[in-house]
Amino acid sequence: MLAVTTFTLILVMAMALIRGFAGPSIFDRVLAANLFGTKTVLLIAVLGFLFGRPEFLDIALLYALMNFISVIAILRYFEHTQKAEEGRSADE
Amino acid sequence: MLFATAIGIVLSRDLIAVVMLTGIYGFLSASFFVLMDAVDVAFTEAAVGAGISPLLMLLTLAMVGRKEQANRSRNFFALMLVTITGALLIIGTFGMPEFGSANAPAHTHVAPRYIEQSGAEIGIPNIVTSVLASYRGFDTFGEVAVIFTAGIGVLSLLMLKPAPSQVPLSNGARHHTVLRIVSKILIPPILLFALYVQFHGDYGPGGGFQAGVIFAAGIILYTMFFGVDVAQQVVSSAVLRVLAAFGVLLYGSVGLVSMLNGGEFLNYSVLAENPLTGQHIGILVIELGVGITVAAVMVMIFYCFAGQQSKQVEAEE
Amino acid sequence: MNDAIGFLSGALLLLGSFLIFTGALGVLRFPDTLSRMHAAGVTETLATTLLLMGLMLLAGWSLVLLKLIMILLFILFTSPTSSHALAKAVWRHQEDETKGGRHD
Repeated sequence: MLAVTTFTLILVMAMALIRGFAGPSIFDRVLAANLFGTKTVLLIAVLGFLFGRPEFLDIALLYALMNFISVIAILRYFEHTQKAEEGRSADE
Repeated sequence: MLFATAIGIVLSRDLIAVVMLTGIYGFLSASFFVLMDAVDVAFTEAAVGAGISPLLMLLTLAMVGRKEQANRSRNFFALMLVTITGALLIIGTFGMPEFGSANAPAHTHVAPRYIEQSGAEIGIPNIVTSVLASYRGFDTFGEVAVIFTAGIGVLSLLMLKPAPSQVPLSNGARHHTVLRIVSKILIPPILLFALYVQFHGDYGPGGGFQAGVIFAAGIILYTMFFGVDVAQQVVSSAVLRVLAAFGVLLYGSVGLVSMLNGGEFLNYSVLAENPLTGQHIGILVIELGVGITVAAVMVMIFYCFAGQQSKQVEAEE
Repeated sequence: MNDAIGFLSGALLLLGSFLIFTGALGVLRFPDTLSRMHAAGVTETLATTLLLMGLMLLAGWSLVLLKLIMILLFILFTSPTSSHALAKAVWRHQEDETKGGRHD
């Protein structure tokens, strides 16, 4: 059962990667990256169980944190650039 | 998947896509490290390569612009040079013993000694930490010095804004109420997790570097929502400068105390009556020094980058 | 009793994997950004919860259980938040493009 889950997770990660390459708008790519990150968290946790190494859970927690921060950072970046553009167009 | 991501990074013109692909690349390499059973390396790679590096790149992009400039000249000489060097390197690896072979010198002499003797000599379960902190303590000292130097370099290039005496209401994220509240709830556990990783490095994956990065990530999260000004009230740049230097000083002082106690520089066994206890104390203190310096330098670099951005916004107004 | 736990855990894992798969399929095949986000966001949190609960049943009473609970809590907090932030950004972006300016 764990093997089935691992295989599904890897498949889903590949699918997210396809969307990440293909997605027309930038937000699609952000979504794909976020999806990839959360699936990696689950993959590490499941692999930890498969290999019998509970230390992997620390890494899973770390990935979850980094994934969250990256997504928020990208969105703040968009907000900043949009605001700068608006500031410039409002001045004109 | 790694190969595809790398090709994507090189070929893509949109720099945001490059940043995200770099993040995905970081996650993938960390997964590989986990598969190869190198848990500590995966930890550090995840923290730095997948979290902090894309973050800093994004900050740079916010000032520079999204599209990569078209590179008109095609430099054949450079391409040839890179190809030849790469080919030489690859041919060189054929001479190396096979991956994981039992006859490799690293596996016959160095690694078994560490594995067999580290329990008796140092006595902590995590052999990676014992190698990093005690057997190769000089290397780690050099690494901390490098991080500190990088921080100084960034400081000298981009000056740090001094903490303002009055704090205006934060400009950016006022309407992001959900995100602010959630981050207020999340940040204390994140900092706690950083401390856990720091002190648990003896027994599980972790140690100073990873803990420093996690701690910095917590503060960066706070800065992203409340603005650099408010964040500087909490963790001011003067404190950061002192802390960055203090970490390196702590590390060096352990070495000096060892010398004062009659041993060589960074020989922890002489720090207490029982050599094992001495090793434990030494490792604990230097990991603390590493963690403090890494956290302080990361937050300092982030402040420098983010401060540039708000300076640019002010200059435009 | 152990068999029951094993069976339940397997069922949870299977359900979680199925949800993840359908979510990813939705992300690939839905026509619009917002609908893709809907597919990803809804299935992600639920599937993660189910998967982690399945793993928790396998773990038993130990430190591993506590760490799994912490991961679950963290993801429960952050995954909807990132979906919210992403949706807000997309909505703003689309509003900008259609109206040529915001009236915030």
